Amino acid sequence: MGKVKVATTAMTSCFGCHMSILDIDERLLDLIELVEFDKSPIDDIKEFTGPVDVGIIEGGVSNDENLEVIRSFRKHCKILISIGECAIEGGIPAMRNAVPLKECLEEAYLKGPTVYNPKGRIPDDPDIPMLMNKVYPVHEVVKVDYFMPGCPPPADQIWAVLTALLTGKPIELPYEFIKKD
Amino acid sequence: MSATKTKERKIVISPVTRVEGHGKVTIRLDEKGKVDQARFHIVEFRGFERFAQGRFYWEMPVIIQRLCGICPVSHHLAAAKATDLIVGVDQLSPTAEKMRRLMHLGQTFQSHALHFFHLASPDLLLGFDADPKIRNVIGVALKHPDLVKMAILMRKYGQEVIKATAGKKVHGTAAIPGGINKNLSVPERDELKKDIGQMLEWSVAGLNLLKKFYHDDIKRMSGFAAFDSNHLSIVAPDGRFDLYDGNLRAKDAAGKLIFDQVKNADYYKVIQEEVRSWSYMKFPFIKSLGPEKGWYRVGPLARVNNCDYMDAPLAEKERQEFMKLGEGRLVNATMAYHWARLIELLYSAEKIQELLNDKDLQGTELVREARHRGHPRRDQQEPVGSGARRAQEGHRPDAGVVGGGAQLIEEVLPRRHQAHVRLRRLRLQPPLHRGPGRPLRLV
Repeated sequence: MGKVKVATTAMTSCFGCHMSILDIDERLLDLIELVEFDKSPIDDIKEFTGPVDVGIIEGGVSNDENLEVIRSFRKHCKILISIGECAIEGGIPAMRNAVPLKECLEEAYLKGPTVYNPKGRIPDDPDIPMLMNKVYPVHEVVKVDYFMPGCPPPADQIWAVLTALLTGKPIELPYEFIKKD
Repeated sequence: MSATKTKERKIVISPVTRVEGHGKVTIRLDEKGKVDQARFHIVEFRGFERFAQGRFYWEMPVIIQRLCGICPVSHHLAAAKATDLIVGVDQLSPTAEKMRRLMHLGQTFQSHALHFFHLASPDLLLGFDADPKIRNVIGVALKHPDLVKMAILMRKYGQEVIKATAGKKVHGTAAIPGGINKNLSVPERDELKKDIGQMLEWSVAGLNLLKKFYHDDIKRMSGFAAFDSNHLSIVAPDGRFDLYDGNLRAKDAAGKLIFDQVKNADYYKVIQEEVRSWSYMKFPFIKSLGPEKGWYRVGPLARVNNCDYMDAPLAEKERQEFMKLGEGRLVNATMAYHWARLIELLYSAEKIQELLNDKDLQGTELVREARHRGHPRRDQQEPVGSGARRAQEGHRPDAGVVGGGAQLIEEVLPRRHQAHVRLRRLRLQPPLHRGPGRPLRLV
């Protein structure tokens, strides 16, 4: 049997869940013996090279580019896992759902104390993603198979999930692995 | 990196990985195939500037740090420092300040190790022109397993320092308005002391590795993407290198001061940010020089260039050697960022060692109370709701909302923002008490 293929991405989030993946530390060396990374910021591969076994999604969906990425992940991955609060419930970025998007943009680009914007223009170039009115959790857009909670999930939880997936053994998640702050 | 050409003769690199953030590069070519325009876009907009408004001020250290999961400590501490001002605490207790400093050094140590070994080393170790399929940290791990193991353990050490000081490796909870909510226990200290010698040794080894790369390929290293720029950083009042707190200093490419010792809370007087249509990130510039000429470098290169000295003997020696690269001017080579970053890595290791031997970290004065200015202090009132727990930690739920804090806000914020602060102050009522164990609702 070939190595299990894993893809990861970070959408509207802070990369903290990817950092928590790195926090498995020395076990990373074991991991790369067991899996082969496909599209992922970890190995710089930008497009799927083919079907993938496990897709790990960090971050919510807040713009058209996220939407494209998440649909492509669902298309290519047999199993899709939402990792962290932003993917599972929108997280901190979803705090903007309580405020009209227009106000958020005006605060950042027109009203802030250091803003210099003589033309009064809010970023709108076709080369940057178009924002959605709300930030959505991943499973409101595509079907998600598993959820890893936490902000971020502790490295031990991530390791427990990955090894359970790779070995087919039932997963054990003691309280410490899933408790929040 | 893979690149795709489209009909409009535009090269797009997306996502840009091996940077700390969400980016995209577009390069437009003219009919002759020459570069007409090259842009680096920040593709993420979240709206922290707006949605943080109206929240409780003590939530800021945990909300704002979610800006970045790679350097959360920087944002955690920046927000905590702002809330110190709001509650009117000018001077933290030695334990609180040193805990925060140690937390930040842990962060610099792990982030610099990550940047150099995980993100940058593939280009250096495997070559600029190596196959993109292997030119990544996994490629390095397969070819140089010992080096990667060292990198992993260095990053792990920094993360352990953060965990011991912040409570968690990513997005900690320790810095609170007016102080910190834990000290460094003796077992935690002893655990960290065990490996610090090794970390120092490896920091020196990493720096020597980079210096060798630099000197072996000096033409490319000092010429690649080298350009003159201004440099901005914080320094201590006496010009000492500092990462946690200090005043703003800006120098031009030659090393001439543009401004110096500007209080960090006065940043808006010297810095503006230009909005451009093609990036969600604004383009900061030094006000007096204008948007065309006022842009500047920040980060390790600017900090090492700008300071007068480092109070860590090994790092200071390295800094002096490094500054010779500039031949009397500042160092303006982009690849020298790596060198400066590894000097900071060494500095962090030395300062971590120094702090681990400091008994103040086992002190028990964690939080200082607000000093009200100009208004009579309210009598101690029965703490309510979640405030009760915070009050036990020495923090009064209403401290800084009324009275002195207000005065300070007006000192640190521009006038146009004051109306908004006043509005926010009205919303900052302590939560109502809904009976024991019941959820709290805002007023």
